[in-house]
Amino acid sequence: MTLRLEGVRLVRPDFSLSADFTVPKGEITAIIGPSGSGKSTLLSLIAGFETPAQGRILFEERDLTDVPPADRPVSLVFQDNNLFPHLSVERNVGLGLDPGLRLGAEDRACVARALEEVGLSGLAQRKPGALSGGQQSRAALARALLRDKPLLLLDEAFAALGPALRRDMLALVEGLRARHELSVLMVTHDPGDAAAIAPHTIFVDGGVAHAPAPTAALLEAPSGALAAYLGD
Amino acid sequence: MARRAGRLSRARFWPGAITLIALGALAFGPIAVLLLHAGGEGGFSRADLAAIRFTLVQSTLSALISVLLAIPFARALARRQFAGRGLIIAFLGAPFLLPVIVAILGLLAVWGRSGLVSDLSQSVGGPVISIYGLGGVVLAHVFFNLPLVTRLLLQGWAAIPPERFRLAAQLGMGPRPVFRLLEAPMLRAVVPGAFLLVFLLCMTSFAVALTLGGGPRATTVELAIYQALRFDFDLGAAARLALVQLGLCAAVAGLAVLVGRPAEFGRGQGRLRRRWDAPGGIWPAIDGGVIALALAFLLPPLGLVILRGGAALLSGMPPGLWPAAATSLALALSAALLTVAAAMSLAMLITGLPRARGALAEGVGLLVLSVSPFVMGTGLFLMIRAVADPFDWALVMTGLINAAMSLPFALRALVPALTRVEADYGRLADSLGMRGFGRMRLLVLPQLRAPLAFSAGLAAALSMGDLGVITLFAPPELETLPLFMYRLMGAYRMQDAAGAALVLLTLSLAIFWLIDRGGRHDAAT
Repeated sequence: MTLRLEGVRLVRPDFSLSADFTVPKGEITAIIGPSGSGKSTLLSLIAGFETPAQGRILFEERDLTDVPPADRPVSLVFQDNNLFPHLSVERNVGLGLDPGLRLGAEDRACVARALEEVGLSGLAQRKPGALSGGQQSRAALARALLRDKPLLLLDEAFAALGPALRRDMLALVEGLRARHELSVLMVTHDPGDAAAIAPHTIFVDGGVAHAPAPTAALLEAPSGALAAYLGD
Repeated sequence: MARRAGRLSRARFWPGAITLIALGALAFGPIAVLLLHAGGEGGFSRADLAAIRFTLVQSTLSALISVLLAIPFARALARRQFAGRGLIIAFLGAPFLLPVIVAILGLLAVWGRSGLVSDLSQSVGGPVISIYGLGGVVLAHVFFNLPLVTRLLLQGWAAIPPERFRLAAQLGMGPRPVFRLLEAPMLRAVVPGAFLLVFLLCMTSFAVALTLGGGPRATTVELAIYQALRFDFDLGAAARLALVQLGLCAAVAGLAVLVGRPAEFGRGQGRLRRRWDAPGGIWPAIDGGVIALALAFLLPPLGLVILRGGAALLSGMPPGLWPAAATSLALALSAALLTVAAAMSLAMLITGLPRARGALAEGVGLLVLSVSPFVMGTGLFLMIRAVADPFDWALVMTGLINAAMSLPFALRALVPALTRVEADYGRLADSLGMRGFGRMRLLVLPQLRAPLAFSAGLAAALSMGDLGVITLFAPPELETLPLFMYRLMGAYRMQDAAGAALVLLTLSLAIFWLIDRGGRHDAAT
């Protein structure tokens, strides 16, 4: 279960991004870098919202480059708009089982279990508008669990939450990773998040997504661009 | 981030493409048919030229007067706060939904030969006032379009950042510098588009010319087409005039696109904003006077329709009222469904395009506005005549044309809303594998509920009140409510007409309100 980016290069008129590395399996890997450097674009490439001009994206030796987003072994949690506001939490989460929402009794039981796992029991019938920001993130994670994909991509998913809530969410993600053997890629603008739960970190800067490096070493002795980004 | 360009799924492409083709056929097919029927003899008659001239003169005057009156009215509303201001602004939206024939009855009650103004004038020894001819046509058009322009201008005023007005107040600017530095630039941007829009609406308006115009000196091109078909059955003349009408409308619509069109038709800005710079002295009195005068022009016709209609209904319903009302209701609902289906399929196509979205959306609206309903009706009439009795198809043709007429407004509501839904939730839906019908049912339709209902309500109300092509095709036993009213007025049964007018007015406003409300009730954010 490994994800490999092989000579990937994306070119836009005012922007380019190249990546060539393997993502550690079954771990949380953080992605850090200045805003506009292409952190989210990297996730978009993996999720299938962007097509590289060159190179291939492989998962377990299967070429994903031309696979549509929904058919990739990937679940995504965005910073916002993770839930459809007109559907109940149960239905939003149920979309992870069937995008047409034809849910039987068994499916609903699965939804209930997933909600319980993320700590949202009893809120199934609420609309997202009636949830707090942290609860909305939890619902999105519950849906990702039901999709049962080996890769979980978090695109600044918890950036809008306060520090305490964010720590809770990171702990939740860590627990889910361990129980469900997920590989997690997490874009964050806080190096502290990376230090807290990610053994490896990808630093994106100057049009290059650098290969994952051990987080502790990276943050302790930053060099060049990373030192400038961290500002110390 | 750009979405992967050019990925327009078939489910998304075909319904819109078919609608587009049907619309093109509806717009251009009739012209081709007319040309085929027109045969050899061409050239404009004297009457044709007179009609063209009258059309241009009345449209120019109507648009000019509407805009000139709307500027002080909108300015007064924009800078004053008072109880009932919100109500006035809401009321300004009503004429757009108001059946033309109802308004005409109201205008006649005020300005007609035996109306209030004539009575007043005679009681002081003045002349009897007649509003038939140019004066009446312009009066009616100003009545309809003054509120529309006022709302467009109010949106313009609302678009000026409040901080500017605060700064103006802080710097002690009087009304003149405020006008020159803040308001005039906005007006320069908004007025040309508003003028051309009103010009276009007046050029294609039919019921006003039918009831208040006529005769060699006050016949519009649209009316001349009707007369050529109805009285002379001169297809060549109708085809010629239809092409003239198309050319004129296309020129004006094209010009309107060039100068930039007013942004929105929708609900007006009722937002209260403290205007620190609002001048004191005699200005509050002047603004109050302007508002009072505008209301004195706009309210009495409607008030009289309601009063006289109520009295007439109390003394008995005119026979034939309810069947006509039922026909109109069925027509309105069918047209609304058709509009929404067509607009939705077009919006899906347009928003799925990698580029040129705006151009296509505007182009469709322009096409519909350029081909007058009468031209479409005439062509359809001739096409159907080849295979069936067109009089049997009067309602179907009317519904189809009414639906097409509402399409630009529906597109204006739906395209931005759909663009927003795709921007906010498109990726999420893609990543979850929501496609085709499921995506429609679970994401798009629930999210578009409000603009869909607004479009449907608008289409229903416009169709309900339309007195257009039906006048051409309706066999004697078939009546929509506006036609029923028109026939009563033609027979000088004014009391019965007043009763029918009140019913028609109520139904038009109620159908819009109910459908629009249905979309907003309990709507998720």
